[in-house]
Amino acid sequence: MESIAEANYWFLSGRVLFLILHLLGVACFAYIVARRLAPLVRAQSDFRFDRPCARLGKVLQFWLAQWRHPRYRTAGILHILIFAGFLILFSRAMSLLWLGVSDAAATPWFSGSAGRIYDIIRDYATTIVFLCMIAAAARRLFFRPARYGKNGTADAIFLLALIAILMAADSLFEGTAAAAHTRQGQPPEFLAALSMPWLVKHALAAAPLPALANLHWSAYLLHEVTFFFLLCYRPFGIQFHVETSLFSIYFAKLDRGTVKPVRWGVSGQRLDQLPSFGVKTFEDFTWKHMLDFYSCADCGRCSDQCPARAVGRPLSPRMLTIKARDYCFTHYPVLGASRNGRPLIGGIYSEDEIWSCTTCGACEAECPLLIEYIDKIVDLRRGLVDAGRVPQSLQKPLKALESRGNPYGKVAKKRGDWAKGCGVRVLDGKPDADTLYFVDSITSYDERIQAIGQATAKILHHTGENFGILGAVEKDSGHEARRFGEELLFLALRDHNAKAIRSAGVRRVVTADPHAFNALRHDYGDVPPVEHISQVLARESKAGRIRFHPVDDSRDVYTYHDPCYLGRHNQVFDEPREVLDAIPGLRRVEMSRSRDRSFCCGGGGLALFYESKEEERMGVQRVRMAAEAGANVMVTACPFCMVNIEDAIKVAGMEGKMTVIDLAELADRQLARGSPAGI
Amino acid sequence: MEILVCVKRVPDTSENEIEINAEGNDIERDDLVYSINEPDNYAVEEALRMVERAGGIVTVATVGGEDDEEVLRREMAMGAKQAALLSDESFDGSDARGIATVLKGFVQKGKYDLVLTGVQAEDGGAQVGGMLAAMLDYPFASLVTGIEALDGRKLKITREIEGGNKEIYEIDLPCVLSIQTGINEPRYVGMRGIRQVASVPISALGAADLGVEDGAVGAAAARVKRLDYFVPPAGKGAEMLSGGRAEIIDRLIELLKARGGLQ
Repeated sequence: MESIAEANYWFLSGRVLFLILHLLGVACFAYIVARRLAPLVRAQSDFRFDRPCARLGKVLQFWLAQWRHPRYRTAGILHILIFAGFLILFSRAMSLLWLGVSDAAATPWFSGSAGRIYDIIRDYATTIVFLCMIAAAARRLFFRPARYGKNGTADAIFLLALIAILMAADSLFEGTAAAAHTRQGQPPEFLAALSMPWLVKHALAAAPLPALANLHWSAYLLHEVTFFFLLCYRPFGIQFHVETSLFSIYFAKLDRGTVKPVRWGVSGQRLDQLPSFGVKTFEDFTWKHMLDFYSCADCGRCSDQCPARAVGRPLSPRMLTIKARDYCFTHYPVLGASRNGRPLIGGIYSEDEIWSCTTCGACEAECPLLIEYIDKIVDLRRGLVDAGRVPQSLQKPLKALESRGNPYGKVAKKRGDWAKGCGVRVLDGKPDADTLYFVDSITSYDERIQAIGQATAKILHHTGENFGILGAVEKDSGHEARRFGEELLFLALRDHNAKAIRSAGVRRVVTADPHAFNALRHDYGDVPPVEHISQVLARESKAGRIRFHPVDDSRDVYTYHDPCYLGRHNQVFDEPREVLDAIPGLRRVEMSRSRDRSFCCGGGGLALFYESKEEERMGVQRVRMAAEAGANVMVTACPFCMVNIEDAIKVAGMEGKMTVIDLAELADRQLARGSPAGI
Repeated sequence: MEILVCVKRVPDTSENEIEINAEGNDIERDDLVYSINEPDNYAVEEALRMVERAGGIVTVATVGGEDDEEVLRREMAMGAKQAALLSDESFDGSDARGIATVLKGFVQKGKYDLVLTGVQAEDGGAQVGGMLAAMLDYPFASLVTGIEALDGRKLKITREIEGGNKEIYEIDLPCVLSIQTGINEPRYVGMRGIRQVASVPISALGAADLGVEDGAVGAAAARVKRLDYFVPPAGKGAEMLSGGRAEIIDRLIELLKARGGLQ
């Protein structure tokens, strides 16, 4: 039996046919990829070339080790198997390409026993990938997980079929060769038992030699045609992630809790002079964000986790990406001229869609490819703010932030009034306190939330902390101003607060507001280290400096609700739970969605002012989740969660069945006073 | 189309806790936050939308002092191309008629097709627009909730009347309209927008520039004078409905119907 290179295909030798086919295939692929890169060249800059070690670490964890895939078990395991199969078969695909044009050994480094071991592994890899295609197709056709949506099934099945054909053709190619060799009396090749090539060999053991040869050559042709078709088809849909995911993950965002600058390389002062602000047209996205659009595999995990989606708001992170990708494909076509510059809002996105996000980060915590959503939402909001398209409900609080330093329009001189009677000092520039308690607006002004401030102050007193507050000098942290796209307002608030904090001369900052915590920690820079009160409580309790009374009613079942900006964005998951577990007799259960899968209560800061179209409040769903977990007391550690959940309990009609308490309030209530506090 | 919008800087009622001063004849102004009079903001937005559709420019003007320049800048950040601060010591203490006299002087210096005012100032009495129209001998319509340009120098305007019904009028240009809130959704003015117009010069015009005679404006010419300012005593407070949920709802519907909240 002739080798592929020497075989005759109609009137051409294999060598010539496959040389042409391979060169054509590669040229096509290169052209398509070049066209796909065209918008990236026109995109905004994005600085992603620092910290190569950290980036390689991400590649190892999230690309090679497929870290997030098992979070969705069935789909995740299937994907890991397919991914591993592809990695193993990459070398096989290369050597097959080589076989078409040369008789020489394609992979000299895989000769001898190493080669035999590789061959066994790849026989199984081919088989496993083939079976995974069947399983994946069955899932798509019969089980239809809701997150995949209705569209795209045909495309998915088509792609799965192409891969299955590749695997079958390879097996046929190898099995027929082995069968032919056996019939020719050559030493039998070792094929991995029960693998597909092995099955082919045994099934065709009795076939005549010419038939085997024809099958062998046809299988190769089928494999190569399918291979190049798939290669060139992938950049037109979700399969492009096979090529782009490595880059998406390498260039992924490294700093949790931060927001990208308006324009990389344009600092605060020069922002005024920018002709435009934020993302208005597709070309205003950064190249990395465009790469994200290509990399999305449309798995739907982001939207499956998205609380806005869950309550019927007009936002689905998955669609945010898919719509942008579709826009890109039609406006930067592979054939024909690019058409650019059409506004995105009013085109593919609606204003409500962009304002619906609470920036909770559930989507980003789930995406196996580390696709970014919050930065894109914030960039789109910056574009809306710049165009003056801000919902009326948000204009008042934004203006109040500008004129009064808080979104409620309350007078600055009353900002510290909550602390009267708690013995809290207002720091007035004399550097004699160790710690600053940064209170932020809601705790300063909201009558209900002031109790959290008072509890925090009492805890700090109890632990012997030498602390004070900024009082009337403090302004809103600006955390939401930034995340709602009003960057310059944020910068003004930040500059004011950072200066006030520095001149207070303290060594550290404590806050009970996770949004302020995140702002001070990630947005401010150049301020002393910041701790959330839950971290202080956990540390002091672990060190034995504070002790708690047993709970009054041991029938109560507590559950801890992770605030997004404490948990997901700052990874403070354990400390609040440690504090709860340090309270004697406290029974605690976990909700099914907890820690980095926590479900946003409805959003904080300016999100409280935004009235979205929705079927239900996020908080109501969250309260039900707590009830399902068997809890009757929800503990949270964020003033905004408190507002949302207290409201939700009323809306859900669960007053009397469910209560909510802040961790600081609970700790203060349970503190065993008079115990050795270490002072 | 050239549109003039007369605007005013007022204490922001949503952001202030209004207190009466010691003399009892005015409010305590030290801690106040001022902003653009809200109906005026709607008027500027409507003017901007009209020139976006039909071309032209929007000019904003206010009668006041240096402090009042900030509202002019805010409206320029929104998109007004020109602004004028009508400022003169002789204007101090003017009543509505005095203010209208000053504005009339400014209108006659330009060639405005349309003059808009807010329906009323949050600290005022909804008088200036009508007086200005009368002094200019322009047609006037108040409480306008919709404007549509017609062929020729005419506008079709909508006015909402008590009870939610609407009246449609035709009015000749030039005219004066007082704009009701809700006519549109005014665009947001961000920090960036304000900074971008921070150094744009704003012309200040005095009595002489406007041809306003001394005796026609100011405290001495005012025919209406404020005597007192007081916060009315709080009423007996909310009426708490009690009973079962269905009962409360029935009673609430009854009350709403009785007071015209439900038809």
